[in-house]
Amino acid sequence: MPEGTYLYAVARDVLSQCPDGVADLPVRTISGGPGLVAYVSTVPLDRFGEQPLRRSLEDMDWVAETARAHHRVVDAVAAATATAPVRLVTVYDGDGPVRDLLDRRGQDFLRVLDHVTGRREWGVKAYAVASADGADGQDEPAAATPHAGRPGTAYLQRRRANLRGREQIRRQALQRADHIHRALSALSVAGCRHRAQDPSLSGRHDWMLLNGAYLVDDKREDEFAELARDLGGDGVELRVTGPWAPYSFTVMETR
Amino acid sequence: MRDVVAHERLPPERVALVDLLDRLLAGGVVVTGDLVLSIADVDLVRISLRALIVSIDELEGGGPR
Repeated sequence: MPEGTYLYAVARDVLSQCPDGVADLPVRTISGGPGLVAYVSTVPLDRFGEQPLRRSLEDMDWVAETARAHHRVVDAVAAATATAPVRLVTVYDGDGPVRDLLDRRGQDFLRVLDHVTGRREWGVKAYAVASADGADGQDEPAAATPHAGRPGTAYLQRRRANLRGREQIRRQALQRADHIHRALSALSVAGCRHRAQDPSLSGRHDWMLLNGAYLVDDKREDEFAELARDLGGDGVELRVTGPWAPYSFTVMETR
Repeated sequence: MRDVVAHERLPPERVALVDLLDRLLAGGVVVTGDLVLSIADVDLVRISLRALIVSIDELEGGGPR
């Protein structure tokens, strides 16, 4: 059966032990370039070839399982050494092209690895939540249609004021998110904002104000956690996730 | 009183999938070119993750919604 080489991550060190990867396949390493190590699995192309993969990527269960397996490997490597994770589902036609990649782009990988050495990624999500008086934004009663009540002047004025108030709350919340992001970024080596998560995937329906990622020096982690704690409250709930392998700070497009 | 900061330090198998996919689909080294397949080559608008990456077609200016 034809086989391919699935690439998880690039690092400088070889782990003595690594968990299994996608489809429960063993993980091994390929050395090359200026002292680099690629973490890979040999995968059957009847499941990891182009056409089967295109089909599999439509299947959320498959994506979930594969993402977790990919993460398991990246996480294990990142826990031990500076790591450049590779994006989900990167499959080569054998080991040769992987070795070639390490040779050709070795300096770029070293630059990325230097950037994340001694640092870890932390996620901070901010949600607008019920403030102390219980007013909460998300469960407002549906606005009455003009035909439901008496569309009198007073009603329209109330409604207009209401809309203005809501717009103001919206603007303030967005400013608050910007402020939180700036403050966290200032304490970090780098920060970036991911798209707000879709409630149908996250299962959380509060308004997501911020989906941030921050690359933090190991020795400033406590300070970072403390700052995140201080920035929450007053209608904004913060959730910190991590530490993560530096997924959000190793973006590099390469051929 | 509600906890304003909850810390989600989880083992890899318990990390929220949505947080993971934010990173696995938007982060990391992207390789294109001499490959069997890279996610960069896949029309992400078509796959089941479209909800997650809902604005990818806006960014790239194509794809039916």
